[in-house]
Amino acid sequence: MAIAFSVNGKPVEVEAEADTPLLWVLRDDLGMTGTKFGCGIAACGACSVHVDGAITRSCSVPVGELAGKSVTTIEGLKGADGVLHKVQQAWIEAQVPQCGYCQSGQIMAAVALIEAVGTPTDAQIDEAMSNICRCGTYPRIRKAILAVAGIAAADQGAA
Amino acid sequence: MADNPTPDIDLPETETPAAKPKRKGIKRRIFLAGSALVVGGGIFGVWWTDSSARARANSLIGGKGQQPFGSIMTIGEDDTVTVYSPHIDFGQGSHTALGQMLADELDADWDKVRIEQAPADMSFANAALAKGFLPSMTGDFVAGLIPDAVIGMMARSMPLMITGGSSAIRFTGEVAMRRTGAAVRAVLLAEAADRLGVPESELTTAKSVVTHAASGKSLRYGELAAGATERSLSGDPVLKTPDQWTLIGKDVFRRDIPAKVDGSAVYGIDFTLPDMRVATIAMAPVRGGTLQSVDEAPAMAVKGVEKVVKLPDAVIVVGKGYWQAKKGLDALAPQWSDGGHAAVSTPAIYAAQAKLRQTAEKPDNTGGEGDVDAAFGAGGVKLVEAEYRVPFLHHAMMEPFALTGHFKDGKLKLWGGMQDPLSTRVKAAKAAGLEVDAVEFSPMIMGGGFGRRFPDLVEIIDQVALLAKQVPYPVKLIWSREQEVTHGTYRPQSSALLKASLKDGAITAMQMDYVQSGSAEGEVPFIYNLPATSRRHYAYQSNQIDGPWRSVNATQIGFYTESFMDELAAAAGADPYQFRRKHLADGGRHQKVLDEVAKRAGWGSPLPEGVGRGIAIVESFDTIVGEVVEVTLKDDGTPKVVRAFAVVDCGTTINPLNAEAQIAGGLIMGLSSAMGEAVTLDKGAVVQSNFGDYPILKLADAPPHVDVHFIDSGAKTGGIGEPGLPPASPALANALASLTGKRIRNLPVLAQAKA
Repeated sequence: MAIAFSVNGKPVEVEAEADTPLLWVLRDDLGMTGTKFGCGIAACGACSVHVDGAITRSCSVPVGELAGKSVTTIEGLKGADGVLHKVQQAWIEAQVPQCGYCQSGQIMAAVALIEAVGTPTDAQIDEAMSNICRCGTYPRIRKAILAVAGIAAADQGAA
Repeated sequence: MADNPTPDIDLPETETPAAKPKRKGIKRRIFLAGSALVVGGGIFGVWWTDSSARARANSLIGGKGQQPFGSIMTIGEDDTVTVYSPHIDFGQGSHTALGQMLADELDADWDKVRIEQAPADMSFANAALAKGFLPSMTGDFVAGLIPDAVIGMMARSMPLMITGGSSAIRFTGEVAMRRTGAAVRAVLLAEAADRLGVPESELTTAKSVVTHAASGKSLRYGELAAGATERSLSGDPVLKTPDQWTLIGKDVFRRDIPAKVDGSAVYGIDFTLPDMRVATIAMAPVRGGTLQSVDEAPAMAVKGVEKVVKLPDAVIVVGKGYWQAKKGLDALAPQWSDGGHAAVSTPAIYAAQAKLRQTAEKPDNTGGEGDVDAAFGAGGVKLVEAEYRVPFLHHAMMEPFALTGHFKDGKLKLWGGMQDPLSTRVKAAKAAGLEVDAVEFSPMIMGGGFGRRFPDLVEIIDQVALLAKQVPYPVKLIWSREQEVTHGTYRPQSSALLKASLKDGAITAMQMDYVQSGSAEGEVPFIYNLPATSRRHYAYQSNQIDGPWRSVNATQIGFYTESFMDELAAAAGADPYQFRRKHLADGGRHQKVLDEVAKRAGWGSPLPEGVGRGIAIVESFDTIVGEVVEVTLKDDGTPKVVRAFAVVDCGTTINPLNAEAQIAGGLIMGLSSAMGEAVTLDKGAVVQSNFGDYPILKLADAPPHVDVHFIDSGAKTGGIGEPGLPPASPALANALASLTGKRIRNLPVLAQAKA
């Protein structure tokens, strides 16, 4: 079936079985590979995108449910002028990524958190940032989020 | 392969990386053991590479306007310096660090330095790596007798483009990168001196420019490169002293990070070709089992499925995309044999290991010194004994295996991320029945590895080689997370009995009997000074494939030894820090690391109610790491580490900003494994299937901050990718024992809490 929705502000129409997860429509049909496959059961968050602004694990959302909705992926975070989103910039400043594979999802989750609460507490960061990072970049993820929110990390030092 | 110019040294056979040496020479085990983390494509060799290999390497990296040097770097007319790393970077940041090392000696403008992956070609085989590992294989004396040219030849014949054993910086960086940078700087100086008609001694270099201060004249490296490349590189150039370094030891931003924050980095799983299909696979649930039968019809009835391919131990479904292939695969009901392994289970393995330890005629490997039996039998000693167990561990690299293959006109092309590009070609060629020259492999960045991507143990290479030959189009095979979890090359399930005698508060002897597939002897050093020590390894192999897992044997050996040290301290009525301290060489590197981490963590200072503190120190890959963690119990009774400290002596830290992240990440991965990770077996098959039942530590349960401190001892450069991990699990167990009084001897912790 044909399903029409928007990705990063642009209208798309895809021909896909309604049960196809958004993740695979993005990756295999639209060629947008910044959104990653990690587990397929919404456990790791590598596939996180925003659907109508809400953080969503795209491996577990059938594309058939997306008609008329607005999807934002990691590729759509930059401004029209190509300038990085402040969260992406903070990720570079804090040198967060190691292997980097989970970071698209981590950044999407952080952007959703910042947009929702502005100045998150440590407890809010704990709750919102439930994506898995095997490299163990969590301390720098926390540091980058706090930096975006204008808060110096409670503990000094970079790690 | 070339003739062996040194008949008294056995060169391994070409194209058989697993070949055992006939006599002395390369011990396979060392390379396996060392393969844990990083890899590389081989690196090169300047002064020890034969001329034909050098010419070939230069032809691969040289190009229009690019002047090659030492088959490891080029200088462009625009001053751009491109460094070719034989090592893969799967997140450990070694590409940037290797670039720093070369650029520093070269006095290159860092803003104009690029770091690229070296092509997967034999001419890049890593002589530096072979040279680095040799002493551990043959002893320093023998290694010193082997000419560099022969080492280069050995590297190419192995083939060695491996990244592992935290080796990139230790060997490739120190041996190859720095020397190349210095040697190239020397020929640029010589070229400039001739052109300007002034003595070299009056010239200085900085930021890719040679300057003659007296005349005010200067020449850019890009202007000098064409002439300089005709000059011979010194094999023994003068290196900078640490006070002259401008990049080494500095916090330099990693070059790979910008592409990892905007989705533009292309991992193996992201690779696409026109007309490409995507496939996925189900392997026999029991390792060693085979495919008995499968009715292909249900898969072929799924829209978008194009083909079902049967392998001896697996079935593959090829579709338009991953989802179509997965739906097709899920529709199948393959019948599998269990390979005769139906009786294998986790408890059965532990029982068999305990029995082996008690009944084996003799151990398979031994180490240690002094007479432990005499010490144990001496009068007035207190004997302490404890048994420890650790489970199989899944690597859980976040990017599942994905490899693209295209077979056309008798040639096989492959794209993906593997720890050793050369071995990947060799393995694929063997599986496909092709000559190695008929296989091309393009290495791509990897979403983690942690030891799982060591080609010898990576089945997807064979699977894609076989699959690609059966289809007319390019095909990308992706493993599901379920296949990853159930078909790992796990950190081995292992168990150990430790025994020690105490007299007057000091250890008089310690013995460790451990059972697992491979020996840790020669890999994990025993750091304490005791009158008598004994290590006895008993080899036990289940139906699983045991592989290197970040830091290899140092994880379990570190857990055994450092948990036991705490138990001994308790038996002696001593403080765990002070007890360790008095058994370490006075004023030595280990003691300094231990003292520093105790100081930074405020060891001995009062703790808040409900918080326990634990310490551990482990040396691995020439790096000594001491860690202290503070743990509390959450409302549900499960532990959480609230503060963590690591002190590291890796000799010299090339890029402290990145090294800190590696140590903190290693500590967190160690905590994750100790806390909840276990692969268990029932009826020969893995019980766990995905992150739901194989829990990885999440941000909320990780320490908010890891205090990492480096001691710049100037000792031989050690690794940083792995050594941060091993002390974490014993430090956690020790902190929990101090908090709850309950000693955790079997990992993971959460399974014990439930029991």
